Amino acid sequence: MLSILGALGGLILAPFAGGLLSGVDRRLTARLQSRAGPPLLQPFYDVLKLFGKEPKVTNAWLVFSAYVYLIASAFSLFIFFMGGDLLLLFFVLTIGAVFQVVGAICVPSPYSQVGAQRELLLMLAYEPILILVFVGFAMCTGSFMISDVFRLDSPLLLKMPLLFLALGYALTIKLRKSPFDISAGHHGHQELVRGVQTEYSGPYLALIEIGHWLDLVLILGLCALFWHTSGIGMCILVAASLFTEILIDNITARLTWQWMVQKQSLLAGMGFALVNLLWLYVA
Amino acid sequence: MRFVESMIKKSRLMSPWMIHFDCGSCNGCDIEVLACLTPLYDVERFGVVNTGNPKHADVLLVTGTVNHRNRHVLKQLYEQMPGPKAVVSIGACNLSGGVFKDSYNVLNGAHTVIPVDVFVPGCPPKPEAIIDGVITALGVLKAKMGMGPAPEPALMPGDADAAKPAAAFGES
Ligand code: SF4
Repeated sequence: MLSILGALGGLILAPFAGGLLSGVDRRLTARLQSRAGPPLLQPFYDVLKLFGKEPKVTNAWLVFSAYVYLIASAFSLFIFFMGGDLLLLFFVLTIGAVFQVVGAICVPSPYSQVGAQRELLLMLAYEPILILVFVGFAMCTGSFMISDVFRLDSPLLLKMPLLFLALGYALTIKLRKSPFDISAGHHGHQELVRGVQTEYSGPYLALIEIGHWLDLVLILGLCALFWHTSGIGMCILVAASLFTEILIDNITARLTWQWMVQKQSLLAGMGFALVNLLWLYVA
Repeated sequence: MRFVESMIKKSRLMSPWMIHFDCGSCNGCDIEVLACLTPLYDVERFGVVNTGNPKHADVLLVTGTVNHRNRHVLKQLYEQMPGPKAVVSIGACNLSGGVFKDSYNVLNGAHTVIPVDVFVPGCPPKPEAIIDGVITALGVLKAKMGMGPAPEPALMPGDADAAKPAAAFGES
């Protein structure tokens, strides 16, 4: 009972944390480009404004997909806070991602369609890595439960440093940061207008944005699991991963999808993960 | 509920996302619009994001001469934007047709096609003037929401005796 209440509390706080983190992201990005940047609370202004806009949709599926995406993100975060099953979390997260693609495919806009195809490729790139990382967790703790991680006495980072790097890959792809921002540009830069999110507008775009914040919190939470023994360690890991993400986002150019799926994800990400798994198996 | 409403109204003024439509300008005005996004001027300070998507945008920046072909595109872009929205017309060509005024193929300004809230004169206007135009458009939005007085319309020399722009082709 207490853990459910705690998880619900965490879920209510998570959008605020996620919004603040993306405010930090936008500000740091601006500083890296020697600009002043928007106020720290800018993401909240954006979302509130979007909620106040006139709802204009092309069809009902779009609305449905926006809600399913938000609910799936919230539910996977809930599972995470409950210390639940990593596999279940993975599947719920995938449902959210799939419905983003469904929403993008059900409209005639070519930008949205191309964005949807590319989003599928992104999923092809990050999902295997994520699964391998979870397998690593299972090999270290003997189960897929997140709560079992906290029974270990040494940080997981020592046992699976390469898996942490691989998770970094998955994180960059999932958050659609450059060089993997091929399906929807996150900041102002537009290649496909806004890719999968082109047709969402007003309140529904706001829902998607909140879902994105929740994803951010979830993924940073997964990073924090690698140093569960000390609170300071968790903070260091989270801050370091976020900063590296933003840095990489700003210094790299967009990849083509062939490069992303074959070379970056399959060779580099999966390579890291498999080497680490082998090492865990031998040791 | 009142609190949420006032927060939404405030947020509108803090995050004007823009879309820029070039009706066929000489590119002078376009470059100045894009210059606003550079580190030197950095409109993101005011929460402005160049979305390039009418469905996400709040402020429409129009440049260049409106003609009989692109007037339909302009109108469509305007209609695709969910409200509340504002339109800023930039550059001599877009205000009145500029040097092409009264040509057979040109409409005398974007305001003959869609309702324009702010005019930014110049050939091309400075980035500072464009930023000022966007901020004035926010003032117009604010007045529309009943949160303040409407900004004074800026008069150009010779405005008082300027004739009404000629009607668009095919209109009486
Ligand atoms: S106003 Fe001047 S700079 Fe702007 S489009 Fe017309 S001619 Fe070019």
